[in-house]
Amino acid sequence: MNIVVLVKQVPDTATERKLDPADSTVDRAASDGVINELDEYAIEEALLLKEKHGGEVTILSAGPDQATDSIRKALSMGADKAVHLNDAALHGSDALQTAYALAQALGTVEYDLVILGSESTDARTGVVGAALAEYLGLPQLTLANKVDIDGTSVRIQRQTDEGYDVVEATLPAVVSVVEKINEPRYPSFKLIMAAKKKPVAKLGAADAGIDTARVGLANATTEVVDFAAAPPRAAGTVVKDEGNGGVQIADYLAAKKFL
Amino acid sequence: MAEVLVLVDHVDGQVKKVALELLTAARRIGEPAAVVVGEATDGIKAKLAEYGAEKVYTAPAELDDYVVAPKAELLATLATDRSAAAVLLSATAENKEIAGRTAVKLGSGVLTDVVDITADVVAEHSVFGGAVVTHAKVRTGVPVVAVRPNAIAAEAAPGAAVEEAVSVELSDSAKAARVTERVKQEQGSRPELTEAAVVVSGGRGVGGDDFSVVENLADSLGGAVGASRAAVDSGWYPNAFQVGQTGRTVSPNLYIALGISGAIQHRAGMQTSKTIVAVNKDPEAPLLEISDFAVVGDLHKVAPQLTEEINKRK
Ligand SMILES: Cc1cc2nc3c(=O)[nH]c(=O)nc-3n(C[C@H](O)[C@H](O)[C@H](O)COP(=O)(O)OP(=O)(O)OC[C@H]3O[C@@H](n4cnc5c(N)ncnc54)[C@H](O)[C@@H]3O)c2cc1C
Ligand SMILES: Cc1cc2nc3c(=O)[nH]c(=O)nc-3n(C[C@H](O)[C@H](O)[C@H](O)COP(=O)(O)OP(=O)(O)OC[C@H]3O[C@@H](n4cnc5c(N)ncnc54)[C@H](O)[C@@H]3O)c2cc1C
Repeated sequence: MNIVVLVKQVPDTATERKLDPADSTVDRAASDGVINELDEYAIEEALLLKEKHGGEVTILSAGPDQATDSIRKALSMGADKAVHLNDAALHGSDALQTAYALAQALGTVEYDLVILGSESTDARTGVVGAALAEYLGLPQLTLANKVDIDGTSVRIQRQTDEGYDVVEATLPAVVSVVEKINEPRYPSFKLIMAAKKKPVAKLGAADAGIDTARVGLANATTEVVDFAAAPPRAAGTVVKDEGNGGVQIADYLAAKKFL
Repeated sequence: MAEVLVLVDHVDGQVKKVALELLTAARRIGEPAAVVVGEATDGIKAKLAEYGAEKVYTAPAELDDYVVAPKAELLATLATDRSAAAVLLSATAENKEIAGRTAVKLGSGVLTDVVDITADVVAEHSVFGGAVVTHAKVRTGVPVVAVRPNAIAAEAAPGAAVEEAVSVELSDSAKAARVTERVKQEQGSRPELTEAAVVVSGGRGVGGDDFSVVENLADSLGGAVGASRAAVDSGWYPNAFQVGQTGRTVSPNLYIALGISGAIQHRAGMQTSKTIVAVNKDPEAPLLEISDFAVVGDLHKVAPQLTEEINKRK
């Protein structure tokens, strides 16, 4: 069971995140880069599956130089090796272009399963997994809160608005995870040290067979026309409950015509 | 005028409100054409006509036997055959996936979680937890746009709703991921979470699996019940009710948070609510920063008093 986990580096949600006025892409200098939270769940799931079924876990990340930090972190959780797709031509790629580039990069690795997060915390489009399955022509088993492998078949519980669907397919397949699936482990000191020596293959667009006319800001299928800081919410009223807090809310709701 | 395809969300023979919002948005761009997968009951067709659907394309329910790909094939085929001006869907987790695959097939682009849209398909987004507002458009091909429920007000306008059954020959790869079982959690009689005008959510501060303090307040306002991840993870309330980054995104007129601290992942799912009210015993809770009205106090005292007061004033 060889598994590739897709890991995106995103600006830390705990910091003030900004767009770069020059080209409306994420201002990476403004915040620390961290692993997209859900991708830690994807890594954990891959490690659990490896513990059960053997094989290797490979991290694949598309991003600039600083993505190396997130790749090392992923390796220190226990992944075996990594592929870093890094090429200036990819800067400013939108969600579908990113999925295309990742699909091409996957062509350089052997795998039975691709696992990714169901959504990033910065762009939050939630489309990369589905678009990837489309590009690869592989079964889409996304939004999983449970994954079981049996020989060459894979079965997941797909989280829905009403509950869950049981979905089955044959390997290879694309699986995305929601945070209900597991509890990501913390890297041990030993693994952190070991991660420093694990191989990280550098991949340029050409190495992955990526057509550079199909990626990057200039060729993006979407375009940010403008952006601005949201108008600040008018400072709200905060009152301390002196025994009539409920009545005070009712008065507020009545004034706002909710009652 | 070019057709604008609207994928219709429906359940138990009823159109979901978001579909009417999408038809309203579609009218700005062109001629709304509803796409219904599964049985288009008379009730569904009447509602679609009332909100301006000129056409109603119906496709067999079997498309739902497989994950996402069949609906993308349907929408991409229709968009091409009818030279559609745009494809609109609701921004649910599943529909965003359908949007992505449809756009790949069309060689176009996709915009998700949109909160407004203009006649020339420029879409407004609220990003980074509501801190930044962006406008974006699709540069190539038929734009595929997923719109957040409750973001655009539905307005009635009569449409012809001419029905046309469409058949799709599904590719093998569209049938690769089979749905073998559907498990539904009890929703009760309350309004659907993403559609509700009022949402009352409970967090860790509720303190246990007796959520009645939250439910009673929701019921007094005719609202839906939501929960933070802490409450869901503690097993106090079902998963389907989680609001936030990895739960549901809600945008009601009124959001009341009881005992929820307001972590960024929670705010990501409710920040675009029009009015936010919070009850929290901690004056430093981050949610208070984005609340229009907040009471610092014990929710087990404040919420029952509020419920009683609302019921009294009815
Ligand atoms: C505020 C903002 C809004 C945006 N809106 C849009 C939009 O509406 N439409 C659009 O086409 N683009 C949009 N983009 C661009 C888009 O975010 C990037 O192209 C991004 O690389 C992929 O989209 P995502 O993060 O939303 O992916 P998601 O689909 O949310 O991510 C799911 C998973 O895909 C994997 N993944 C995603 N990117 C990578 C990567 N680089 N390397 C490895 N794994 C990865 C991760 O496992 C992740 O958990 C937006 C960007 C920003 C900053
Ligand atoms: C990948 C990932 C995804 C996530 N997705 C989500 C998501 O979708 N939705 C989500 O909600 N969270 C999500 N989280 C979790 C999030 O980070 C927070 O942990 C969670 O929102 C906290 O829930 P809470 O506010 O109920 O609990 P806490 O943060 O513990 O806050 C409880 C609050 O209740 C108050 N309180 C306690 N007792 C009382 C009382 N008697 N009266 C009044 N107030 C009281 C306290 O002062 C406190 O502010 C996610 C986290 C990760 C890592």
